[in-house]
Amino acid sequence: MQLTLEFGGGLELLCDSVKIHKVSVEPQNGAEMLTMKDLLTWVRTNLIKERPEMFMKGDTVRPGVLVLVNDCDWELSGQLNTTLEDKDVVVFISTLHGG
Amino acid sequence: MESKYGDASEIRREIEALKATRNDIDTRISALEAQLQEISLQNGNDAVSNGSFCPPISGLESGFGHDLTPEMIYRYSRHLLLPSFGVQGQSNLLKSSVLVVGAGGLGSPALLYLAACGVGRLGIVDNDVVELNNMHRQIIHTEEYIGRPKVKSAAAACRSINSTIKIVEHKEALRASNALEIMSQYDLVVDATDNAPSRYMISDCCVVLGKPLVSGAAVGLEGQLTVYNYNGGPCYRCLFPTPPPSTACQRCSDSGVLGVVPGVIGCLQALEAIKIASAVGEPLSGRMLLFDALSARIRIVKIRGRSLQCEVCSENASFSKEQFQEFDYEKFTQTPLSSSPLKLNLLQADSRISSKEYKERIVNGEAHVLVDVRPKHHFRIVCLPRSLNIPLPSLEARVHEISSALEKEGKTNSGSGAQLYVLCRRGNDSQRAVQYLHKIGFTSAKDIVGGLEGWARDVDPSLPMY
Repeated sequence: MQLTLEFGGGLELLCDSVKIHKVSVEPQNGAEMLTMKDLLTWVRTNLIKERPEMFMKGDTVRPGVLVLVNDCDWELSGQLNTTLEDKDVVVFISTLHGG
Repeated sequence: MESKYGDASEIRREIEALKATRNDIDTRISALEAQLQEISLQNGNDAVSNGSFCPPISGLESGFGHDLTPEMIYRYSRHLLLPSFGVQGQSNLLKSSVLVVGAGGLGSPALLYLAACGVGRLGIVDNDVVELNNMHRQIIHTEEYIGRPKVKSAAAACRSINSTIKIVEHKEALRASNALEIMSQYDLVVDATDNAPSRYMISDCCVVLGKPLVSGAAVGLEGQLTVYNYNGGPCYRCLFPTPPPSTACQRCSDSGVLGVVPGVIGCLQALEAIKIASAVGEPLSGRMLLFDALSARIRIVKIRGRSLQCEVCSENASFSKEQFQEFDYEKFTQTPLSSSPLKLNLLQADSRISSKEYKERIVNGEAHVLVDVRPKHHFRIVCLPRSLNIPLPSLEARVHEISSALEKEGKTNSGSGAQLYVLCRRGNDSQRAVQYLHKIGFTSAKDIVGGLEGWARDVDPSLPMY
């Protein structure tokens, strides 16, 4: 399925400074649905070019990273269990502290 | 020539003397203003019950059914003409009090608008002084205030825009020990700070005191904005229960920032504060605004509500004032509250040399290679002669360049091999680089203490600093 992945707040630096990635990702291991858990693994393997610890901690994103599925906090859709559909937009954004 | 130099030093002395006099005058003005406010407060604002400052009111007797004076009506007429804002919105604003923490890139426009719009009492907390490298974004300050406290500069600018509101100067750093006392004097708080521990501390204090918090942040070409602890909405900790690693916290002084970006976010913070203070409109609570300046994109996303597990604001949490005051925010976030840069000490003394020692070795013609591990775009701003730029992240892949440079330098200087020195901006990354170089066999590599900044301070003050 086609997904748009966006990185912001400095996370784009981990993937060659490219903010928007149009990608094609299929459900893993013959499963019917693609979950956010699968997508994180896919992103870590295929998009993150350096310092993966700045993106993930354990099997989820590191503290300070907001994940938005179609402009909605993934806490509201089941976090790692959120299932994705064709043409979904997933945003990973690091919280900023500067001013 | 000599007399010319003599004139210059005389002029400098006179400038210093005048500056000292100006500081004295400022102090006296502040004291007198405080005295005046005391008197006007005693003389008839007893009717104000919630502790908010209320400007002198005479309109009530004028029979218009509201408390705006003719001067207020004229000054704020364009607000009053807005059907959705009107007399009630302005009247609410005039009775409100707002605290802005930080008079920097975000605080500058926020304060200017909050003063102009007629917030009754406007507090400013900041402990920094105005520097030349602030001027491109901290537009509340003017060149004549360089070297003087930001609070003084910002307060003077606010007063010159609107002399009819009360401006309160808090010339101190906000800490867990004074935050309750300062923040409790205001209806709502604007977080315009620049570091993670301050953000947790301000949010926690707002929860403990039950105050809404308008939170903005900006680094590089991006900004973020939301309202916390408003009407049952989430607090900062609901979103970020665990602090990020300190290496993930970019600072404007390291990563850079396009001046207008915090300007945009600071203006939006003023807007949210005005909406809350005037009770007009729908504050950005439970939502977050993400601003990407480079692609001209603003996205407003829905964020989680108050977390049931939140250690500070959930119903089950019992985070008291006492706990707040004892909480160690610097330890919690592994980041200092002050904006002073990190000073690592990773190496033994014999693996480091001072910039003065390094200068001596150049003068003595010692065969050596100087590796500058700063990012390429830093190197382009300023660098030392004959230095080799290998940014820290690419050090591992480019070690062979160091080997061949050492070999070449050793041969041409027909001596016992060349020395290897490592330089960066402040002397932290150079230590990390030397640690790595030691590990892979360059056991005599040394870092230059204090980096380019140390060199500029101790050896060559004419080197441009950034």
